[in-house]
Amino acid sequence: MTQFSTPWVERNKPNLSAIEKLMVGVAMSVAGLAAPILRRFPAAIFFGAVAGGVVGIYLVALLSEAFLGEYHLLRDILAVTGVSLFAAHIPLFAIWWERKVAARIQSRMGPMRVGGWHGWAQSMADGIKLIAKEDLVPAAADAALFRLAPYVTLIPVVIAFLTLPFGAHWIFRNMDVGLLVIVAMLGVEVVGVIMAGWGSNSKWTVYGAMREACQMVSYEIPMGISLLLPVLTIGSLNLVQIGDAQAGGWHTWLAFQSPFMFVAAVAYYITSLASCKRAPFDLPESESELVAGFLTEYSGIRWSLFFFAEYVAMYIVAALAVVLFFGGWSSPISPEWIPDWMGRFLFADNAAARAAQGLILGGPIWMVVKSFFLVFVQMWVRWTLPRIRIDQVLYSCIQVLLPLMLVLLIGQTLWVLWVPEDSLLAMVTRIALSSFTGLAGLGACWIIFKARLKKRALVGVLAVEQLPGA
Amino acid sequence: MADTVLESAPDLLMDIDRVEQGDVETEELLINMGPQHPATHGVLRLVLRADGEMVIEAVPHIGYLHRCAEKIGENLQPYQYIPYTDRMDYLAGMNNNQAYSIAVERIAGMEVPERAQYLRVIFAELNRIASHLVAFGTYGLDIGAFTAFLYSFREREMVLDLCEAACGARLTYSYITIGGVHDDVPDGWFDRCLEFLDYFDPKIDEYNQLLSFNQIFVKRTAKVGVVSAEDAIAFGLTGPCLRGSGVKWDLRKSTPYDGYEKFDFDIPIGRPGGTDEIPHSVVVGDSWCRYYVRLEEMKQSVNLIRQAIRNCPEGATLAKKNKTVKLPDDEVYVEIENPRGQLGFYIRGDGSSIPARVKARGPSFCNLSIVRHISNNCLIADVAAIVGSLDVVMGEVDR
Amino acid sequence: MAPEEICGILKSEFGEAVEDACLDCGRPYALVSADSWPKIARFLRDDARLGFNLLCCITSLDMLAENKLAAIYDVCRIPFEGKADLLEFVHEFAVRIEVDRDSPSIPSVAEIWPAADWHEREAFDMMGIVFDGHPDLRRILCPDDWVGYPLLKDYEFPVEYQGIPGTTEHELLSPRH
Repeated sequence: MTQFSTPWVERNKPNLSAIEKLMVGVAMSVAGLAAPILRRFPAAIFFGAVAGGVVGIYLVALLSEAFLGEYHLLRDILAVTGVSLFAAHIPLFAIWWERKVAARIQSRMGPMRVGGWHGWAQSMADGIKLIAKEDLVPAAADAALFRLAPYVTLIPVVIAFLTLPFGAHWIFRNMDVGLLVIVAMLGVEVVGVIMAGWGSNSKWTVYGAMREACQMVSYEIPMGISLLLPVLTIGSLNLVQIGDAQAGGWHTWLAFQSPFMFVAAVAYYITSLASCKRAPFDLPESESELVAGFLTEYSGIRWSLFFFAEYVAMYIVAALAVVLFFGGWSSPISPEWIPDWMGRFLFADNAAARAAQGLILGGPIWMVVKSFFLVFVQMWVRWTLPRIRIDQVLYSCIQVLLPLMLVLLIGQTLWVLWVPEDSLLAMVTRIALSSFTGLAGLGACWIIFKARLKKRALVGVLAVEQLPGA
Repeated sequence: MADTVLESAPDLLMDIDRVEQGDVETEELLINMGPQHPATHGVLRLVLRADGEMVIEAVPHIGYLHRCAEKIGENLQPYQYIPYTDRMDYLAGMNNNQAYSIAVERIAGMEVPERAQYLRVIFAELNRIASHLVAFGTYGLDIGAFTAFLYSFREREMVLDLCEAACGARLTYSYITIGGVHDDVPDGWFDRCLEFLDYFDPKIDEYNQLLSFNQIFVKRTAKVGVVSAEDAIAFGLTGPCLRGSGVKWDLRKSTPYDGYEKFDFDIPIGRPGGTDEIPHSVVVGDSWCRYYVRLEEMKQSVNLIRQAIRNCPEGATLAKKNKTVKLPDDEVYVEIENPRGQLGFYIRGDGSSIPARVKARGPSFCNLSIVRHISNNCLIADVAAIVGSLDVVMGEVDR
Repeated sequence: MAPEEICGILKSEFGEAVEDACLDCGRPYALVSADSWPKIARFLRDDARLGFNLLCCITSLDMLAENKLAAIYDVCRIPFEGKADLLEFVHEFAVRIEVDRDSPSIPSVAEIWPAADWHEREAFDMMGIVFDGHPDLRRILCPDDWVGYPLLKDYEFPVEYQGIPGTTEHELLSPRH
């Protein structure tokens, strides 16, 4: 009705070359052909592909280990493929899982629609949406930094996987400085965040970046020292050696070796939350103060790359905690406890026995399960605690954690020097700490079990009847 | 007349100072917090003059949601204006209806049936619970705790269901009207309401465990944005913000309306840390106190509704179904206790059925005016904590 | 304290400055002259008998027939002396100031009651009453470049604001002004 004097701005139509047109055409026709099948059996295809990939990689890894030796090209290619596939699937799974965990904590159901069973395909649908969004660079931003930052954040955390062990032999490169490489890569990730904040050229993003920088200088030092404790106990930076040293069952895990190690494990976990910007240390992107911090100007696929990096980093710090403190890939069961009749099957030299060993005594599955449990704890913390303030982060990291870590370091040094491993004190400590943790775990399970039984009384009759998620 | 066109805020045009501290040279930064910002609860715009993370000054700018409510009031009959009062403080529609209705009743000399008074108390208190639940939940969000928000909305949903059963609306009720309430509650409503109260009462303790006594939450809010009792009165703070500063003042007690004098309830105030369950680092008048007063008020509201349901008499719920009210050539100013403070309505009649002047005194408007004076030399994160603890609703600030 | 007593105290203290009073209105008020208003306001706040420490509201009023603008100050006493007792209602009162419509100007009381700061800005924004000595008198609800004072009875709705056309329905629906 009203006549506007200025017409709508016409957007330029994309100029496609012949090859690009061909590519688009092929992609469209493939999508058109595949669409009916995909639409019919999405879950079957997805899980089939994942299961097929896992089995295939496992088989070929067994074969290559048996026939091809350590440094063969084929093994490397396979390992890189496997590791990057695994890294790519962590965020897909973890984002969906986080949404489900958050929902259950908050009396909701979370994603329920996409894909059928409990919205399992939600992350994929989100990913497709994010890819389809316009790749926007603000006019005032430093375009080069802005475009580069997501990759600088994502690539280091994927590189960290190359020396992260999943099992005694399940490692791409068994380096003597494995731990150092991972810590260094986690440090490089921060540079990407600062680049993103600075490159966006917005005041809020600069605040986010500066907070990240501030936070990094305060948590890196206690984190580094807490990592020194297991290194000092085992005497190696090689993650496989550290993991192997804990293969003797539940009570040999490093966290239970001395009171100092136990505290260090907890302290490491706290600093690792700060390292991957998780609540209560999510200050760089604190959405209620800084809009979205360094992510404010990002959208679409670049934005999602930051989240890829965050979830992969979550897995890495959790895996690091597992390797260094919680027994790595070994199960809580000691090989000494295996009765004879079982041992006859278990220690035989064939593929079935190996698979059984992997399940019962320790293998990649244990590593992944334990790591994801720690990731779950990270989520649990995030959806329970408020965010702390920047001065409180600095205070707690530098004035509380740093002196504490120094005391722990000296204590552990003296412990290693003066308390022999088979002395009574070491035994008692080991048994006390491990049984304490075990009992605490069992107690937690018992509480959860009781709570489920008394759900109506605890949550309230009204909520249980009205809300499916309560 | 003064210049009609004013320069934009003069304090924004100042030169950016250079502050030198030893060998570190820092620059002050002007930041726009809002009008679109997650922590400003609507369209509040705060211009922060910040030196790094330190906020040196925070200047609020309002008016983004101005909808000429007072001008509309001068053009509509009182019955027609009731729905507009809902839209002022959209989280406490019942209380706004009640304030305007009482003002019109006073000027026109109308009596309200006793059952209607009880129903008004029930719904005003239900709405107070709903409003405080939003305040509690969004304050959690401001501090970075997400779960509290969902918990509070879970319970608020049930309050809204109860209101919907009575009047069909879930947010803008127009239920309390001039001369009583619009309709009687449906059969069995009281039982449902009691069931909800039984469910809700223990929930407040759960909120306390989840958020109020959480160490991080206390550290974020205690000693932040401290308002002394004298300052609170001088700046016209009312409601939980005034009581958080330790002043035991509540219009429901001091000048009872709609039969509040028949009820037995407490007025919670901010208490110093260390007494009872209050954390040690809390001082009277800080953000934590203002927040906690709201949680305690919800308990009192539950208590009030229980009493009202127990004693509610039978009878009419509306004095007289008139289409128009003749307003005499007189004026009234009535204040009632809204969830956010004292909501006042000034009405001037001129003998016709349309008021000559309607003026609303929004509690959030006055509460917000203190922001500039308490957010000096705090951190950016504290600004979110302070604004959240004042619990402003921009619809009412801007009217 | 009853409104009569309050008015009596004011009259005995300020004499001529209290021009008129309406004590049987819905809201009892005293009409005072604009010049002596800061003195009276300070007295209202500081006098031990009165002690009006809370300024509830400033209502601006357009009296087109008498060619005057009025500001009504609603004040109230919160008897708080550092105790945590339940405070009982003491008294409340209203003070009214009428000024000429062509050059409306009232001394500001933002120094005496800081709460007056925003209320005076609102009255200025809506009615164009100029509060002399106000620390920061500018529009508060309307945009800074808004023309006219919307709550005046003879206010004409703008046809256009910054290129946004005004609604023509206004004239159809609201023929009262």
